[in-house]
Amino acid sequence: MIKTDVLVIGAGPTGLFAVHQLGIIGLKAEIVDNLDKIGGQCIELYPDKPIYDIPAIPECTGEELTNNLIEQLKPFKPNIHLNERVEEVKKDKNFWIIKTNKGKEFQAYNIIIAGGVGSFEPRKFSAKGSEKFEGKELFYSVKNKVIFKNKTVCIFGGGDSALDWAIELSNTSKVILVHRRDDFRGAQVSIDKVKQLEKEGKIQLFTKYQLNSVDGENKLEKISIKHDDGNLKDIKTDYVLGFFGLIMQLGPIANWGLNIDKKTIPVNTENFETNEKGIFAIGDLCSYPGKLKLILSGFHEGALAARGCFKLARPDETLRFEFTTTSKNVLNRLGKK
Amino acid sequence: MTKITYIEHNGKPHTIDVENGLSVMEGAVQNNIPGIDADCGGSMACATCHVYIDEKWYEKVKKKEDGEEDMIDMAFEPNRFSRLSCQIMVSEELDGLIVNLPSQQT
Repeated sequence: MIKTDVLVIGAGPTGLFAVHQLGIIGLKAEIVDNLDKIGGQCIELYPDKPIYDIPAIPECTGEELTNNLIEQLKPFKPNIHLNERVEEVKKDKNFWIIKTNKGKEFQAYNIIIAGGVGSFEPRKFSAKGSEKFEGKELFYSVKNKVIFKNKTVCIFGGGDSALDWAIELSNTSKVILVHRRDDFRGAQVSIDKVKQLEKEGKIQLFTKYQLNSVDGENKLEKISIKHDDGNLKDIKTDYVLGFFGLIMQLGPIANWGLNIDKKTIPVNTENFETNEKGIFAIGDLCSYPGKLKLILSGFHEGALAARGCFKLARPDETLRFEFTTTSKNVLNRLGKK
Repeated sequence: MTKITYIEHNGKPHTIDVENGLSVMEGAVQNNIPGIDADCGGSMACATCHVYIDEKWYEKVKKKEDGEEDMIDMAFEPNRFSRLSCQIMVSEELDGLIVNLPSQQT
């Protein structure tokens, strides 16, 4: 059991800056995030896109913003638990007990949920039969590519993941690539390579097709794909891979006894506490009159939520308002002389 | 104000007045039309405000800009009338616009 003052769920910009604000007032935090890297939507959805509305930063990419926030957090050395999703939250006297899907347990006075619109999950096929074979012969990511050796693999998608895997697997498997339109959105060099491999007969390409059905008794035997004009085509294949990016799902957050309104958590604007004492929600996930889904709003919300955490974590102490420019305490916490 | 009809996948229509200058997505969200999630808030990063434009209206709606078609790749069951409603700005020319909602967004 890891004991801390505050457990922060979500390592996006809002969660990261909240941890900074907790550090400034002397509270320890641990961060849990379901993704395999730090940065949340900034890293997952738009690492290369410039952002123009971070105060005092005229232009930066999602990746630069994330790196700067990580740098700013360094004095507080928070533990960041990646690839883990918080599943369960339970009250125990003055504490919250938090469990992740990897079996890790935390004890914290407070929880700050900075979970964006929930956790990222792969976007799945809608075709009938696809659920039945998921995890057996139909996958949304590649964990062990050896299983595809000398087999037929049908890959769906038009982005870099689909193209890269089509190229990679064409060395040892029979690859069929299916995409809903003629244009691909991956890197040009990958698109050229796929077209080249098609000419060489190493990749079979079907465009303007989508998955229609997945069939088989105990084992996947064939799929059918549907052209824009409605025509169906059967394909015999051993495996199916789908790469349609990620979607955000509220997931287990919905089961923690919090009020939820249209996928968001209503909070008060004094300290961003939810209907549960000691659980705060900030960033895209929270709602209140006038809420803006901006990174800068998330920073403000984190600063206030951090102060809200102080009362429960340090019931016998008084929180003094201090500036980083002048307070010896704060400068000490920042490791400055 | 511009009249827009959102038709749910089950056929139930919702005709509402949307302020000019808002997006078709915002019109739906502000009026609690079920079937448009808009998870990313309109930054063209999620494809959960996907709609099918009525065939008669498709050509009248301002064309897609870069990136929208890429994002529609991610949408649930896209077809040739698919658009992201966050990218369609409401103006008088669209008075009477009809959009059909997919059976689900994710």
